[in-house]
Amino acid sequence: MKHTKQKRNTAKKRAHSCIPTTDRITKKEAQTMLKTADILDLGLTADNMRKRLHPEGIVSFVVDRNINYTNVCINKCTFCAFWRDKDDQDAYILDRETLFEKIEETLDLGGTQILIQGGLHPELGIDYYVDLLRSIKDRFEINIHGFSPPEICYIADSSDLTIQETLHILKDAGLDSVPGGGAEILSDRIREILSPRKIKSSRWLKVMETAHGLGMRTTATMMFGSIESPEDIITHLDAIRELQDRTGGFTAFIPWSFQPGNTELIQNSRFKIQKSVTAVEYLKVLALSRIYLDNIDNIQASWVTQGLKLAQVSLRFGANDFGSTMIEENVVASTGVSFKTSKREIIKTIRAAGFIPAQRDTCYNILRKYEEGV
Amino acid sequence: MLDKIRNKVLSGKRLTEADALKLFRSDDIFLLASLASHTAEEKNGRKAYFIRNRHINPTNICVNRCRFCAFSRSKGQDGAYEMTISEILKKLKAEKAKLKVPYSELHIVGGLHPDWPFTYYLELVSTIKKNFPKLHIKAFTSVEIDYFSKISGLSLEETLKALKSCGLGSMPGGGAEIFAPRIRNKLCPEKISGDRWLEVMAEAHKVGLRTNATMLYGHIESYEDRIDHLQKLRKLQDKTGGFQAFIPLAYHPKNTEIKGSYTSGIDDLRTIAISRLYLDNFQHIKAYWVMLGEKISQLALKFGADDIDGTVIEEKITHSAGALTGEQLTAGQLSELIKKAGRIPVERDSFYRKVKRAE
Repeated sequence: MKHTKQKRNTAKKRAHSCIPTTDRITKKEAQTMLKTADILDLGLTADNMRKRLHPEGIVSFVVDRNINYTNVCINKCTFCAFWRDKDDQDAYILDRETLFEKIEETLDLGGTQILIQGGLHPELGIDYYVDLLRSIKDRFEINIHGFSPPEICYIADSSDLTIQETLHILKDAGLDSVPGGGAEILSDRIREILSPRKIKSSRWLKVMETAHGLGMRTTATMMFGSIESPEDIITHLDAIRELQDRTGGFTAFIPWSFQPGNTELIQNSRFKIQKSVTAVEYLKVLALSRIYLDNIDNIQASWVTQGLKLAQVSLRFGANDFGSTMIEENVVASTGVSFKTSKREIIKTIRAAGFIPAQRDTCYNILRKYEEGV
Repeated sequence: MLDKIRNKVLSGKRLTEADALKLFRSDDIFLLASLASHTAEEKNGRKAYFIRNRHINPTNICVNRCRFCAFSRSKGQDGAYEMTISEILKKLKAEKAKLKVPYSELHIVGGLHPDWPFTYYLELVSTIKKNFPKLHIKAFTSVEIDYFSKISGLSLEETLKALKSCGLGSMPGGGAEIFAPRIRNKLCPEKISGDRWLEVMAEAHKVGLRTNATMLYGHIESYEDRIDHLQKLRKLQDKTGGFQAFIPLAYHPKNTEIKGSYTSGIDDLRTIAISRLYLDNFQHIKAYWVMLGEKISQLALKFGADDIDGTVIEEKITHSAGALTGEQLTAGQLSELIKKAGRIPVERDSFYRKVKRAE
């Protein structure tokens, strides 16, 4: 969790005159870059920074499974195709037997982590979560990466606990780290429109700060390409960078683009969105994230939303991590976007892009490098 | 290390095969992109083209059994199909009634059918032309033309002239695969040689037919094989000037006999860029979205491509081999991809003239 001056200096050396040459880029500079810089100039700058942070040419990935314990959610965000009402026919809460089977399968496939996330179910209190975590830890040796900030806050509120108390209890029960979902765009103006019932920016940040304070590592995400402006994207990046300066608890940043299929956001014309983000726009935001977040070690490419080929190209536009092999993924798949793959395929894909694939754990420690011919 | 090559490109000097090899082996994709963009802009300004087109594949029955092909069938085999001329006509007419804006080009390629006579093809072209006089027919690869000449006993020149007089407007560039005999014999031993492919093209150019050229890459060939291929195309283009666009085609592994992997997105972009730089006598480099995916095709516009093909509407060949794309894009989607890449979208006709439409 240390950030050396040297790392901040990695934003130096720019390729092009429109990209500033100060140590750390300012919000204003970042806005100008996002609006006017050529994608290739941004890419080259981000690529150089990635090389400096990860000179061995390793691209890491984690073998894990997304387990969604419930799809019932009271937030009903407009950009989400996964949520259901409690009484909907296909509403579910995962039973323990199925859960354990899924974990066993994950371990059999060399998995080290499960990502547990769900909707905000109105009838589940903290006891459910404590019980869930304990039952897993009693049976399995696996890292539990679980419950994004909206869930943490919902658990806290419905059980009348503070965020600090909630995280403490969950940690004691076996929660290892917290995923960075639910950040969407950390601008309340946008949140008010997209996800009015979801926690506001300050609470999202508060959960992360508290988790970091308890020694838990977390990731941070950003969902862009809906109705936000370039300024909102920079506001988001800046909030993350500022918190990271104070805590150093973020392991990675994961920007992904809004996937419009089956969502209210695309179906309701009042939002005026017609299309999904193109490759050029995705790479711009990815590269800018690498450049702006000079205090976060890892930037993840999102092959689940972008496909393997663009994910390969992402590795030259700032990304150094391929995310998860995703033995199972339900949320993005519910928008109709489904890029499937396997560990073998991920290894091949990274190698074909000119990098050394390596399996990592949740905290980005390398477990095994896959040199040529494996 | 690449300074010499950079200087050559910036001063408009031709790259050698050794230069091309250096570029293939270089890790500096950003330099490649900027050089290729420079050349693309010199040739076509900020424009990037698309076309309203439709593909028709009259049959998948083919006497050749190319190892990389998942589309072809033998006669009588499961999944084999053949369309009569009236079926094709019916399809086109039904579609025309539904489309607000008609497509301007029909792209027709198919298998080498063991029984159909040359007259089938002549009639196909003339019937379509009679019913849709404004529609441009771009049809038949070199491989098919060679086959027609064999089954009809006509010379290449006579074959091409006969098709042209029926209404053939231009030819696609398929069937080129990789010219190098060592690779070609493994990929498609029954197919005509690279030399013969080039001979047919030379003849087509001579009778006044413009054509495209392709290269299938990412299977078992080496960089040297790719460069050999490009070199032969450049040489013929110097002589005839008849090629319009070069289209590198990314190999797709599903359901084929040689299997292997999908090409990497980085290799796709690198290949587009090197094609743009090396083929200095080709006006256009096309990033065919069906094979590259719309995401990589869009990025290819930053790596030297100036064309992303068209609406396509129905695509069977790449989709047999596991295409990761849909079968069609609308003109609006194509135009949007181009705009978002910072280029000016131009709807073109089959000869790269801007299509003017009354709104």
